Amino acid sequence: MTEELTNTEAPCATCPVHHAANLKKLGVDMKDWDFVVALAGNPNVGKSTVFNALTGLRQHTGNWPGKTVSRAEGGFEFGEGRYKLVDLPGTYSLLATSLDEEIARDFILFGQPDVTVVVVDATRLERNLNLVLQVLEITDRVVVCLNLMDEAQRNGLKIDDRRLARDLGVPVVPTTARYNQGLEQLLQAISDVGIGKTVCKPHKVQNVPPDLKLAVTQLENQIQQLYPDLPNARWVALRLLDGDERIAESIRKGELGDLTRGASEETSQSIDLRLEAA
Amino acid sequence: MNQSKQITPKEVLATAQSLRWEVGSDFHEIVMESIYADAARIADRVVTRPGEKPRFDLDRTIDRIVTHRFWGFPFMILLFTLVFWITITGANIPSQWLANILIETLYPFLKDLAATIGMPWWLEGVLIDGMYLATAWVISVMLPPMAIFFPLFTLLEDFGYLPRVGFNLDNVFKKAGAHGKQSLSMMMGFGCNAAGVISTRIIDSPRERLIAIITNNFALCNGRWPTQILIATLFIGGLVPAYWAGLVSALAVVGIAVLGVLFTFLVSWGLSRSMLKGEVSTFSLELPPYRPPRIWQTIYVSIIDRTIFVLWRAIVFALPAGVVIWLIANITINGISIAEYLINFFNPLGILIGLNGVILVAYIVAIPANEIVIPTILMLTVLVTGVSGVGEGAGVMFELESEDALRSLFLAGGWTLLTAVNLMLFSLVHNPCSTTIYTIFKETGSRKWTAISTLLPLVMGFGLTFLVAQVWRLIFGSG
Repeated sequence: MTEELTNTEAPCATCPVHHAANLKKLGVDMKDWDFVVALAGNPNVGKSTVFNALTGLRQHTGNWPGKTVSRAEGGFEFGEGRYKLVDLPGTYSLLATSLDEEIARDFILFGQPDVTVVVVDATRLERNLNLVLQVLEITDRVVVCLNLMDEAQRNGLKIDDRRLARDLGVPVVPTTARYNQGLEQLLQAISDVGIGKTVCKPHKVQNVPPDLKLAVTQLENQIQQLYPDLPNARWVALRLLDGDERIAESIRKGELGDLTRGASEETSQSIDLRLEAA
Repeated sequence: MNQSKQITPKEVLATAQSLRWEVGSDFHEIVMESIYADAARIADRVVTRPGEKPRFDLDRTIDRIVTHRFWGFPFMILLFTLVFWITITGANIPSQWLANILIETLYPFLKDLAATIGMPWWLEGVLIDGMYLATAWVISVMLPPMAIFFPLFTLLEDFGYLPRVGFNLDNVFKKAGAHGKQSLSMMMGFGCNAAGVISTRIIDSPRERLIAIITNNFALCNGRWPTQILIATLFIGGLVPAYWAGLVSALAVVGIAVLGVLFTFLVSWGLSRSMLKGEVSTFSLELPPYRPPRIWQTIYVSIIDRTIFVLWRAIVFALPAGVVIWLIANITINGISIAEYLINFFNPLGILIGLNGVILVAYIVAIPANEIVIPTILMLTVLVTGVSGVGEGAGVMFELESEDALRSLFLAGGWTLLTAVNLMLFSLVHNPCSTTIYTIFKETGSRKWTAISTLLPLVMGFGLTFLVAQVWRLIFGSG
């Protein structure tokens, strides 16, 4: 374990204290867990199915977008580690224009989960990659779960998952969660990224026009000076230039990890009610 | 990195502010476009499409029928009628079977047991006549229809039909000045209004979200399905020959549910033109591919998660309600029970709107959960009619052996077809249950909107039943 841990980059970002404090603010109870895994993805790609398959919980999964509006949590053990899995609402982007997008983004950004699994629909890869690329801007530690492979096969699609992994710079695991296919490999990939055995070199979006690049770099450098340990200064710069009030506010407050909104306090109740729904 | 102190958050924000002028207003689009371009480039490299288009696309063919401009709605109504018909005809036998065990066998046994151990009469009353019978009633009446309805509904949902319903309704919602996504939160409300209210989080604009929250109550929740099904079976189904009864009752229940949807549109339209004026936002509703549901798992999950869960909630609320009912029926002032005082107090108002005092008192007792409306009505009816030979007497919740006995009890309580119709209407249009009210408060954080969501349907319910009663009496002379 020790030589694997040395692989990780910035010391502060991986320090358990810093980390657990942020998660606690988001309503995650970090007792008894070694790693926190966030589950993100577009609506209706089988995220809840993956969640159930990994945790053994049997939350209802509906075939419609917008089913999960708040977070669900569960846990599993794999190898030596105990993992807490947090199912985020399905979103198409992380621009936080609605409450569900905000919940998902705040968790990935401020909660800094050890691993973020992005579940994508293999039959609609292009649209799903929009979200993956946005997640990769925020965090390095990502595993892409290429779900619904059975449907892709039925539609005659062939997907080169190795090429995809190389292009994205993060592990890609093809799965059919409905029939428990590929989940063992997914767990292994999560564990490898979690303990730092796999170091991701995520793809960053390329074609920002040259005249804008200067502005982005200038702001990024300032943010980097302000927060030397911030892993996603470029993304924060992009959001500030886009006029994102939420991000501006977190800078004004002096600390990016300072969460004032209790977006998660009613989580457990929400889940109860969700179970009741028909 | 020690010079990090030299720069302050203020300076960073100031830089950002000034740079925003440089990057221009289309910055957002430029960034999004570069993300899209990258996604397209990567996907293009990775995915190999099959050589030719499949000749027959099943999804598209089904969609062409179920989201058809004209056939979409009739198909929807037909499908839901079928679901309710299966529920109503299928639930009869297990319902009677459960009533046999719980009420006709276990209940006398418990009474004997209490007598043997010399339990004081009031304790026996509260525990057995109050708590036990309330629970037994809820189980025998609610469990069978739920165990049939929920799996069927869940199968439709997992197959991917519900988003199509949303698609069909989307346009109407927009015309009503509401958000198209409200169709989804409404569908959720058909299961549980509290869950429906929470699911309005998918709507971005606060104005449209409030409309969705206020109108969610018009989606008939599962606590109210049993009331509708029972009253429709007894009074509406009883109007036609036996072999038509199941179908006609099912149609009546569907009619009430459709009426609820119409009210949703109407009230949304009214709100968006009065208290909640504003522009309609656009969105794209994605139709997911049809997926063959995993039948056994769906049945398992919907029985464990939904049926047992909802049943448990009903029992939790039925237990104290059973106690309250027994107490108000058995505590007397000047020889008259509290229940009778209440009933007599509410009776004039009840009669005016085509209901009666018993029903109104039952709706007060049942604020925590709609599920216990019918048991309460039954018990109170026995109390005021003094009908002997059925049930167990004053203040006791009970199950009657056959529908005929149940109907004759209601008739003895002065019920008419008008009472039944208005009860079905009032069950659809009245204040939300206390869980939903609490959820609305938590979601909106506003006393004002919580009060409006609570009182608006209540006032509407009184207005509607009053109107129906007046028109009915004009046409039929009495009722």
